[in-house]
Amino acid sequence: MSRVLLRPVPLRPVLLRPVLPSPVLRAEWTKLRTVTGPAWLLAAAVGLTVGISIAAEAATSCPARVTCPVDPVKLSLTGVQVGQAIVAILAVLVVGNEYSTGLIRLTLAAMPKRTQVLGAKAVIVTALVLAVAVVAVAGSVLAGHLILPGHGFTAARGFPVPSLAGGPSLRAAFGAVLYLGLIALMALGITAILRDNAAAIGTVLGVLYLTPIIAAFVSDPHWHDRIERYSPANAGQAILSTTGLKDLPISPWAGLGVLAIWTAVALLAGGLVLRLRDA
Amino acid sequence: MTVTVTKPSKHAGPSSPVAAGFWSLLHAEWTKFRTVRGWLIGMIVAAILTVFLGVVTSNAQIGCGPTKTGKACLPKIPIGQGGEAVNDTFYFVHRTLAGNGTLTVRVTSLAEKAAVGSGGRSPVPGQGQPGPGLQPEVVPWAKAGIIIKEKDLPGSAYAAMLVTASHGVRMQYDYTGDLAGLPGEVSAAAPRWLRLVRAGQEITGYDSANGTHWTKVGEIKLAGLSSVVQVGLFATSPGYQQIERSFGGASVQGGPSEATAVLDHVTLTGQAGGQRWTGLDLGNGKPGTAAPNPAGPNLPEFDTFRQAGGTFTVTGSGDISPVTSGPGTGYPTATIESNLAGVFAGLIAIVVVATAFFTSEYRRGLLRTTLAANPRRGQVLAAKAAVAGLAAFVIGVIAVVVSIDLGDSKQRNEGLYVLPVSLLTEVRVIVGTAAVLALMAMLAVALGAILRRSAAAITGAVAVIVLPFLLAVIGVFPPGISEWLLRLTPAAGFAIEQSIPQYSQVSTTYSAAGGNYPLPPWAGFAVLCAWTGASLVLALILMRRRDA
Repeated sequence: MSRVLLRPVPLRPVLLRPVLPSPVLRAEWTKLRTVTGPAWLLAAAVGLTVGISIAAEAATSCPARVTCPVDPVKLSLTGVQVGQAIVAILAVLVVGNEYSTGLIRLTLAAMPKRTQVLGAKAVIVTALVLAVAVVAVAGSVLAGHLILPGHGFTAARGFPVPSLAGGPSLRAAFGAVLYLGLIALMALGITAILRDNAAAIGTVLGVLYLTPIIAAFVSDPHWHDRIERYSPANAGQAILSTTGLKDLPISPWAGLGVLAIWTAVALLAGGLVLRLRDA
Repeated sequence: MTVTVTKPSKHAGPSSPVAAGFWSLLHAEWTKFRTVRGWLIGMIVAAILTVFLGVVTSNAQIGCGPTKTGKACLPKIPIGQGGEAVNDTFYFVHRTLAGNGTLTVRVTSLAEKAAVGSGGRSPVPGQGQPGPGLQPEVVPWAKAGIIIKEKDLPGSAYAAMLVTASHGVRMQYDYTGDLAGLPGEVSAAAPRWLRLVRAGQEITGYDSANGTHWTKVGEIKLAGLSSVVQVGLFATSPGYQQIERSFGGASVQGGPSEATAVLDHVTLTGQAGGQRWTGLDLGNGKPGTAAPNPAGPNLPEFDTFRQAGGTFTVTGSGDISPVTSGPGTGYPTATIESNLAGVFAGLIAIVVVATAFFTSEYRRGLLRTTLAANPRRGQVLAAKAAVAGLAAFVIGVIAVVVSIDLGDSKQRNEGLYVLPVSLLTEVRVIVGTAAVLALMAMLAVALGAILRRSAAAITGAVAVIVLPFLLAVIGVFPPGISEWLLRLTPAAGFAIEQSIPQYSQVSTTYSAAGGNYPLPPWAGFAVLCAWTGASLVLALILMRRRDA
């Protein structure tokens, strides 16, 4: 073995130490970084979010002299509907793959402090998802900014033009990034509870997509309101709205708060299951 | 070396060893399926979710009047000849006709007025709503003309020749029949002549632009038509609607409307009873007939007729049509499939189990053992798909029957009128929905074989089945794109749930969220079959090519 090969090895931890202070975090980062799946998922999250948003923007127009009850900012964030599934799957795999391969036993042998392991995974997933969400959301909003005014959604007609300059539009974009982060964390917690990829993905996709479908069918106003207010996906997506805020079943930040509570409950329960059960 | 001859199991078919192999394979796969506790729990969860979400969230207590709620509000809706619930409210200027005869009129004008801004479920906020005053509007299916009717009671058999606001001359009969005649709007400059000829039970409709040159529009038979019938002039106009789609579905704005028609050159040949024409506001609260439409699209206070010389001016509101499930029909109605929203929840659970049923073979390396025991990969795939499909079908039938049964009585107790359907249709909805779940489970098995990893396969299954449906019903895309999503993706299969057909002669919001699919039930089912078949073929090709 040559000295050239040996030299960089001790350097890397030194360089990374300020960024990733704890060895648990470093271990989790290495696990995620050295397989190709997460990178593909993150690329897909950006591509699908921006792509679906552009498709929705391109397909919607408001002809002159017609009142369109459309929220252009929410329209330009349509891709979040699909992007959320991808980041959730990433989070599920980060925990679930350890169980399906039996790696979790090795991980816990190396790091017996179990909540720290879950915490490290949560930190890494959150950081990655937030970074990717910023790109995806910014791309979607920028596309809306360029496309929608040409389709009749102009400021002159009273429509808020999607932008990142400030106001409700920036709040919605910022909220969309937080929403994606919270969804990923909730998926992480759910997987820690269920400890199985299949069951966790089924549950997470159910949480994301069932309540909006049920809400579309429910004719009972009480149940409709309950679903809109208390289900993680519906309440959380209130943050994406910029028009008709008075008529929302729940205000944007309160809705995101409901999602945050669900996320916290899922993570706590996941941590508890990890501590109490044999891996 | 000894040769072991396997004794055929009791499930084995009597004929060839290949068939025997397949039966024991089916048995083996069924044993695998039923002995994994998580999968059984998953299937039970699927059934519970289907019933719970479908029934609990299905509807609300209906209120009518200050004290009456629930069951007391159930409207008495007339039933048409095909067993379907019908609207039969119109202003009828009538006489009796004994035996054969001919009725001819000229229509010179049809004008509608609507009370825009009243009614409507969720008006757009911040936009000025005009009060419920009447203003001229085009109501496409407002109609007036001549009619031959069994009795002057709602729901009785009829045949009519009529002009409409936007759909030209039509011949309509027995609520669901609709034939097109002369196109174009009626006006004083372009009048329309209409004629109905009765010969026994046969009724023939003619139209003409000049009163001399007549064209036959249709000839129909009203089975069991009695000798003495009601004949006369009529006008009616269904609720006016403005439909706006937005995030979260469509909002309907509208209100009742009325149509006023001017008819002259009235000639009735045959044995007519009575000396003069008498007016009757049919269906609008006449004693002994249907109760007035509670939320109705009618304006009975304006319904009337005037006769000056040979010219009749008839004003009516209501409709002569089948009752549909869309908003704006006036009645608080529901369909049997409105209790099936929970099917989506059950579907996700079934998809998860079906996918894991295959991917777990890869994960544990069990597939090598399975294929060593039976090297025919097609048979292994078929056995797995059959077991998953059959389990999903059985769970589906149970969950759907319970959902519809519980939901039906709950809806009636709450005052919702459940639109009646024939037994055959109900069986089609129940068996069809269960078959859709079975096909989707088989699709999930195929995706599991193709993608080999549960995470990817479940995501793939949800992405092709649930996501298109979600994107279509929550109104992210404009209606055109949403409809194509429900034509081309596996979600098209849900069309089998639709129990009340879509009638082109009834204006309402035909949207997936309202239970209306762009494809007919069996066409949608066929699309799903094609997807499942193609996925199974692809899975088989890949299984043959790849090492396990």
